[in-house]
Amino acid sequence: MASRKKRAPAPDLEQRLRMLARERTRVGLALTAAVFVVYFGFIGAVAYARDALGALVVPGLSVGILAGALVIVASWLLTWVYVRWANDRYDPALRALREH
Amino acid sequence: MPVNEAATAIGHPSAIAMAFFFLFIAITLGITYWAARRTSTTEQFYAAGRSITAGQNGFALAGDYMSAASFLGIAGLVSTTGFDGLIYSTGWLVGWPVVLFLIAEPLRNLGRYTFSDVVALRFRQKPVRIAAATGTLATVVLYLIAQMVGAGGLIKLMFGLSYEQAVVVVGCAMIAYVLFGGMIATTWVQIVKAVLLLAGAAILAVMVLMRFGMSPTALFAAAAERYGAGVLAPGRLVSSPLDALSLGLALMFGTAGLPHILMRFYTVPDARAARTSVFYATGLIGLFYLMTFILGFGAMVLVGPDAIRAVDAGGNMAAPLLAELLGGTPFLGFIAAVAFATILAVVAGLTLSGAAALSHDLWVSVVRGGHAESGEQLAVARLATIGLGIVAIALGIAFKGQNVAFMVSLAFAIAASGNFPALVLSIFWSRCSTAGAVSSMVVGTLSTLLLIAVSPTVQIDLLGNSSAAFPLKNPALVTIPLSFLVGVIVSLLSSEPGAAARFAALERRLHLGAADE
Repeated sequence: MASRKKRAPAPDLEQRLRMLARERTRVGLALTAAVFVVYFGFIGAVAYARDALGALVVPGLSVGILAGALVIVASWLLTWVYVRWANDRYDPALRALREH
Repeated sequence: MPVNEAATAIGHPSAIAMAFFFLFIAITLGITYWAARRTSTTEQFYAAGRSITAGQNGFALAGDYMSAASFLGIAGLVSTTGFDGLIYSTGWLVGWPVVLFLIAEPLRNLGRYTFSDVVALRFRQKPVRIAAATGTLATVVLYLIAQMVGAGGLIKLMFGLSYEQAVVVVGCAMIAYVLFGGMIATTWVQIVKAVLLLAGAAILAVMVLMRFGMSPTALFAAAAERYGAGVLAPGRLVSSPLDALSLGLALMFGTAGLPHILMRFYTVPDARAARTSVFYATGLIGLFYLMTFILGFGAMVLVGPDAIRAVDAGGNMAAPLLAELLGGTPFLGFIAAVAFATILAVVAGLTLSGAAALSHDLWVSVVRGGHAESGEQLAVARLATIGLGIVAIALGIAFKGQNVAFMVSLAFAIAASGNFPALVLSIFWSRCSTAGAVSSMVVGTLSTLLLIAVSPTVQIDLLGNSSAAFPLKNPALVTIPLSFLVGVIVSLLSSEPGAAARFAALERRLHLGAADE
């Protein structure tokens, strides 16, 4: 840890950090796009496919209510995907960078 | 089966409701006393000494975010409109994944107390601090007005206090928490509130489902049988797709620009804890909004839309009426106290973030040029807390009887257009300059305020005019892209070699954390 305070990382470490930064940005943006598509897909269906959303899957459960619940479940799943990526890949890569 | 409206205890002070109410006040003031003895530095006052765990922060974030409008408003909307209300349940959640993917960890690693720490990091301090503090205060004051007016009406209905008394009680309690206990007290008030709210909603949902053989679909089927299959399908609420899109954008990107939410990421020890805490918060908030499906349809079937509207035209009393029907006056008292706790936790978080903007961003960074004794910083922060509290009480009373529900979506629109684009550009784009970040914040905030003023929400709904100059109820669809565009163009026109050179250091700190931590 102490070495990190005193000097900048060597050039190849700088390079590896930049690649990791790019990967994090890509993952963040891709997952943001996924939430965007899920939620605004739902809003689009509410606006343009009302009849389809009113159809019943089983008595009492319309496609619309199921889709609304699935938006929430999809938000959970996407945050879970991010946390898995960050814990399994990003954190170990950071640790490796720090240890140099 | 719908209850006779005269049979409800709502609007009459009940001993049990008052007992729960005083119990909550006593517990939270006890927490404040305990926290006050641990609050002697600025780091403790603003960031709870960075000692909050990821799990605790997950609950506190949920407590900071879920307002009475979510609990009472959405349940009411579902109970009177059916499916249309659910559109809001989902909209209030989808901002959280965005907070996790783009903002939480960078913020924790790059800043100390406020989100403007991050925007100002590689730019000239004064202009950025002034612009960011303005955006923060605009968001906080609008949000506070909506909460105070809601609190006044709610407490009047539930405990029989006068509107003014209710606003003063809420104001004084929130000043006490923040003034003496800072972030530590605010955090624990929010945790207690989140547990109470989730437990209250869960108990209520289970009691509803017990009437329907524990089957949500049996409940929905009963609603469709009584009020027509239309309650399970989209209705007239989303008559304009562009309005729905614009509001959705404000909710999705506004959450990631709310100053009182962003401030919470400084209370945890590191970026990993910030990440985990958003994961927990998303789970808890999503669970809560799923339960609003049950509460809303439960109130529709068991209480009935007409009985709900008879007590409060906006439908806000659906959940309390349901509680009274299922658990009698004692359970109504408990739910009333939960709603009260809900408001207090949110206004405390808002007041603390407003005080941080006034003291840390404006006084210390602008007036004092970044150099102020810790004692002075704390004194200014506490003075700002008292000032903001008094302003909130005064505005709460001034806006009595006004329909201020739109102010919450306006606060989200400002957060999404004034704060979020500058935050993203400064963190992820090396070419961003001081002028670019500042103009993005200024244009985002001002254009939002301007377009709201000429929107149908203000011109038609509030002022009663026959038409509005701007067609959208929420301006985010225009103002978010505008704010990004202005930030990018101005940055490209005003090259700032120093800021670009500091980007490598920012990127390093974003991932590896500050060297001195």
